[in-house]
Amino acid sequence: MSANGKVKANAHWPAIRFTVNGESRMVNVPPMKRLLDVLREDLHLTGTKEGCGEGECGSCSVRMDNELVNSCLVPVLQAEGAEIQTVEGLALDGELHPLQKAFLKNGGAQCGICTPGMLMAAAQLLAHSPHPDEVEIREGLAGNLCRCTGFIRIFESVAAAAGTSASAPAKEPVKEPEMEQTHHAR
Amino acid sequence: MRGNAEVHELVAPGSLGAVLDLLAAEPGQWTPIAGGTELMVAFSAGRLNAHKLVNLWGIPDLRTIEVTPQSIAIGAAATFLDLRKHTVVAAEFPLLAKSASWIGSIANQSRATLGGNLVNGSPAADSSPALLAYDAEIETISVRGRRKVSYSEFHTGYKRNVLAPDELIYAIHLPRRFTRHRQYLRKVGTRRAMAIAKVALGATALLEHGVLHELRLGAASLAPYPVRLIQTESALLGQPLTPETLLAARRALLAEVQPIDDIRSTAEYRRRVAVNLLEEFLLELRREGPRP
Repeated sequence: MSANGKVKANAHWPAIRFTVNGESRMVNVPPMKRLLDVLREDLHLTGTKEGCGEGECGSCSVRMDNELVNSCLVPVLQAEGAEIQTVEGLALDGELHPLQKAFLKNGGAQCGICTPGMLMAAAQLLAHSPHPDEVEIREGLAGNLCRCTGFIRIFESVAAAAGTSASAPAKEPVKEPEMEQTHHAR
Repeated sequence: MRGNAEVHELVAPGSLGAVLDLLAAEPGQWTPIAGGTELMVAFSAGRLNAHKLVNLWGIPDLRTIEVTPQSIAIGAAATFLDLRKHTVVAAEFPLLAKSASWIGSIANQSRATLGGNLVNGSPAADSSPALLAYDAEIETISVRGRRKVSYSEFHTGYKRNVLAPDELIYAIHLPRRFTRHRQYLRKVGTRRAMAIAKVALGATALLEHGVLHELRLGAASLAPYPVRLIQTESALLGQPLTPETLLAARRALLAEVQPIDDIRSTAEYRRRVAVNLLEEFLLELRREGPRP
């Protein structure tokens, strides 16, 4: 790389190694390339979707070293040595993950763009809290937007996979003491 | 408008010492990147001006939380999830734990760092009101050594701070002496999750015999950078919580804050809400008295 940071497209990039869904992978790409783009373009794992590209919508959620991350905000160099799980890694030996089955059964997927991110956020939640209540489910998925607005069925799908209930009205948070909903004229 | 990864250099020297050497060799040339929740947004949008970036993610010295009898030292690259999970933070610094839960979503909290939140210097920074209320101290590091500065003096202007070009934040220190204090933190935003503050106020106070003996007020989105409301504190310190005192505090706050109209709210709305938050805190104090 030259001193001003401008580089040629055919420059030789450093090898970056990590595992994806248990398989060792190595890529030669610009270190600033987004993990999202490396997964989709270089590793052809197109299950991970791009929504907003700014960490607001969660469509590109993957698990990296057992944490949920927005892969659009991870420069691939920071994935060096990491263990990454994408939606393609949820099913085991052709058998869908319980979350995937629950999403199918409960109508948790509509257009499908948010679904991989929802599944990964839900997988992260269940890894830390196997039997989440509705409040936990809502918080675990708060960074994932569904523009078909099928949130209730998504929450119900996660609850079904966890063997809990997402629909008990008594658990509906009626008041949020920590933060106020405010409205003002546009 | 998409960012082009090929025009940005990103290096990972590995150790903290190697990063500091690089910053010292070419001061001002390298932009540190940790969790990327700010810089990668700019990159994706094609508006990241930094061409040379140096990686801080994964440097163990920076991702620590150390507890001593006197204080807790939070490494600059501790994430907001690290803070939420830490038992001493949860027990003794609940305002910080609460503000950590406000940072975006779980996927943001797993990457966003406390040091990054402060260096980014947003006037609306979620962690700032809590840190101001807890009298935080910032420890910086460079090849020239370490130094400490009060967090209330860290920001010097909109997105400006006291860091020299070769310096990083090393740790954020909080004194462990707030368990007897009354504590308050409230953020007002558009939506529960992901929203950036229209206004936020954090406070710690000691009330003795109905008189305010100690008080720290930290505010977000009321000035070009997160600020302690020193004048408002002065109007309250040593005073009983009478309606007259509340009125004086209200006047002091309105004179002290400099909110603006922007995409998220208006200056007028922010002034009103700031006054309401302060009054809510003071009325809670008066109603409940000091902690036993």
